[in-house]
Amino acid sequence: MPEFTRLTSRMAYMPQENIDTDQIIPARYLKLTDREGFGKHLFADWRYLPDGSPNPAFLLNQLQPGQTNVLLAGDNFGCGSSREHAPWALYDWGFRAVISTSFADIFKNNALKNGLLPIPVEAGDYQKLVALITAEPHAEISIDLTEQTITLPDGSKIDFPIDHFSKHCLLEGIDSLDYLLSMSEPIENYEARHDETYAG
Amino acid sequence: MTNSKTLFDKVWDTHVVEQELGYPAVLYIDRHLVHEVTSPQAFSSLRARGLQVRRADMTFATMDHSTPTLPLNQIEFEPQAKAQLDLLEDNTRRFGITLFPMGTERNGIVHVIGPELGLIHPGMTVVCGDSHTATHGAFGALAFGIGTSEVSHVLATQCLLQYKPNTLEVRFEGTLGPGVTAKDLILGLISRIGVEGGTGHVIEYTGEAIRRLDMQGRMTVCNMSIEAGARAGMIAPDDATFEYLAGREHAPKGENWDRALEKWRKLPSDPQATYDKAITIDVSSLEPMITYGTHPGMGISISASIPDPGQLGDASERAALEKALAYMDLQPGAPIMGQKIDVVFVGSCTNSRLPDLRMAAALLEGRKVAEGVRMLVVPGSHHIRRQAEAEGLDRIFIQAGAEWRLPGCSMCIAMNGDQLEPGQYAVSTSNRNFEGRQGKGGRTFLASPLTAAAAAVMGCVSDPRPLMAGRELNDA
Repeated sequence: MPEFTRLTSRMAYMPQENIDTDQIIPARYLKLTDREGFGKHLFADWRYLPDGSPNPAFLLNQLQPGQTNVLLAGDNFGCGSSREHAPWALYDWGFRAVISTSFADIFKNNALKNGLLPIPVEAGDYQKLVALITAEPHAEISIDLTEQTITLPDGSKIDFPIDHFSKHCLLEGIDSLDYLLSMSEPIENYEARHDETYAG
Repeated sequence: MTNSKTLFDKVWDTHVVEQELGYPAVLYIDRHLVHEVTSPQAFSSLRARGLQVRRADMTFATMDHSTPTLPLNQIEFEPQAKAQLDLLEDNTRRFGITLFPMGTERNGIVHVIGPELGLIHPGMTVVCGDSHTATHGAFGALAFGIGTSEVSHVLATQCLLQYKPNTLEVRFEGTLGPGVTAKDLILGLISRIGVEGGTGHVIEYTGEAIRRLDMQGRMTVCNMSIEAGARAGMIAPDDATFEYLAGREHAPKGENWDRALEKWRKLPSDPQATYDKAITIDVSSLEPMITYGTHPGMGISISASIPDPGQLGDASERAALEKALAYMDLQPGAPIMGQKIDVVFVGSCTNSRLPDLRMAAALLEGRKVAEGVRMLVVPGSHHIRRQAEAEGLDRIFIQAGAEWRLPGCSMCIAMNGDQLEPGQYAVSTSNRNFEGRQGKGGRTFLASPLTAAAAAVMGCVSDPRPLMAGRELNDA
């Protein structure tokens, strides 16, 4: 997994609440069998006009990928399906962190396993970020995962939570599967006592 | 109090392999269901690391999402879909996993065939790379959707890393009125608690209205737990559960059945057990429900009017409603009934089981699908298709002018050839009304099979109850 330590970037702001995974990556693109290449389909139905050309009114078409690595989005981001293609598409486009007041459970889990940091913030802090980007669309913020802080241009800081294990994996770029694989002995012991003939 | 446990606690506690301080629990998984869309990259990870599937005997695969529902000689099979299906066949063969290939006897939608084959037992942990895995909670299993990385974790270790979620009891009191179904119950709940009302929680559905539902109705309820934000929904097993399971292909047999039954009967939440949150809903006055917007929480009674953004105080709620109504091209304050529709879809892991098809058929019998309306009826599995045909339901649908299709996810996910055209309106028995969910630019009203069938006959959103007057629901 790609590691995440710190990041200084502009933000892309999508105020809509409940941005679901069908918007992040529509189902018709889920027939691809690799992890790469989903970025061009990110937000496809909002991003492209019926003739396939970019919709100039859509935010991502006004940004330079590579300059903007943080998405600031409305509440309950990533609701809907379990498709990991959603964080793959966000990452492939160039996002490294998503800030929202809340995330859907499965999306959050998937993002954390792909080097994409979901940052939940309090409503007041979210409004502070919205005010910042509204006043200065090119303002840069700095995210420090070790410190669990977002630093604004005026030097003020916003704290954010993350569980210890996910933080460790992100900082070191560790695949959490390695931890599970190290558990083979406890798993064998469990299987020995777990009655599968009438499972449960 | 301290020793009292909920159903969820009992299943969780018996599946924790290891719990180190500061780490997520290592949770053992009894059933891993696999389909073509969310598994290819997981198998690739295994191949890249030279890992094997730890318990191929606990892993079962099907093809459902990208499978066409028309016979292959009638359509052009999309090369990308075919490649994805071929890859599943290759992966399952290579790793020794049982596969139910497209068109074969046991094939169907993953959340339909799991229970149907008796693979899902009370007290199990069940996962699948699919958010509607919550369906299997109807059996008193802890069942939830996972991402593709987690699919690779379960394939390689039969375990998942999980933090213990909170619990939410949803108690449905009272009796459902005629023409009001399990689908209306869950749409009613989501419209009340919202699409993130269950986030971070496992829901346990309790109360007399749940007890009176058949297993298929319970599956409909649990299926849409994720639409309330909850990864899992559970219902304590009872005699209806055991009756459903008895004799099924993968259900315990003989002595094992007796031992299983003894154990399953201990699963229901202890009387003194407490939940992190609890709500009670009286369903006696519940009407058939329908959604009007672009997420499943935007639902109203069939007799209600479309909400007016002008009457909302909260600015972001107002903006969300305005955006949804603009997409749906609906007038605030107008009744939802009478709204013209183009397509009716009866199917999906929410409502494609035999009782769902019987409901739709009971309303359609002797009637015609309105002119200009296209109706698709897509059974959830080949087993259901055969049963429905044995009962003559297929003839009722065909005589009414509906299309009787082969099993699959079909128009719920619009990645298999079945989809709405831009601007079309559908009444759909599926689970999601997100923008473009049923095809780019398509507009979805979620409802029960009865309400869907009523819309098909009337050509517009309609109350199914007057159309069901004098008609019996045959649930033999």
